[in-house]
Amino acid sequence: MSMKTSTRQVDGVTIVDCSGRITLGEGSVILRDTVRELLSKGQKKILLNLGDVTYIDSSGIGELVSAFTTVRNQGGELKLLNLTKKVHDLLQITKLYTVFDVRDDEASAVKAFN
Amino acid sequence: MTELRVSYTLDSTLETVDSAEQTASRIAAESGFDEDVVMQISMAVREAAVNAVLHGNAYDPEKKVKLDFERTGNDLVITIRDQGKGLDLAKIPDPLAPENLLKTSGRGIFLIRSFMDEVQIVPSQTGTEIKLVKHVHGPSADVKEASQ
Repeated sequence: MSMKTSTRQVDGVTIVDCSGRITLGEGSVILRDTVRELLSKGQKKILLNLGDVTYIDSSGIGELVSAFTTVRNQGGELKLLNLTKKVHDLLQITKLYTVFDVRDDEASAVKAFN
Repeated sequence: MTELRVSYTLDSTLETVDSAEQTASRIAAESGFDEDVVMQISMAVREAAVNAVLHGNAYDPEKKVKLDFERTGNDLVITIRDQGKGLDLAKIPDPLAPENLLKTSGRGIFLIRSFMDEVQIVPSQTGTEIKLVKHVHGPSADVKEASQ
């Protein structure tokens, strides 16, 4: 299953619901393009919902880091929501879990932007 | 665990990366590893295949990736060879170092080492060979040991 994203707005925060695989190639490109498009529209409060992401490889991890730093460099903020155990474990062993602001409740995650 | 030896010669494409991952997942599952370990093995093979296709062969259509699976009584051994210029191990940064945490690449070898029991990387001027070993710790290994 390839990567899919859909976006919605909640209290000024753009929630990106991601599903499928964030891997080298299409998955990483879709995530990159989605974040770039949001930034180009001035939407700089981004919550990536990874609850339906089934697989992520090192390229996908790199893409998450890239999204995080790109948003931050433009004065915005990017948080992660609903990590699966697999993604959680990958961020733990790569020491990125403490770099990202990781949330497991959408409402409180949205509030944390303001 | 039933012994097995299979070998594939693959093009330097993204499809090869997916194919290597899927094949590794299937053989690991057939070998009796549990779901989490199957995931680790398939991810390690995917990362090694990415290195071979992207960094080793640089998508060169003239260069191939060789993928071997060997299942013995106690181990699943997977070997991936490319035909690139040879990986320079000294140039691989530590992805856990604070100054590298926000780099967007350089985690592949680290993940491979994290997921496999043994990893041997042999670079040469005609390509890089990476051998991945996962030991069987499950009941089938115990039975075999008990019968010896």
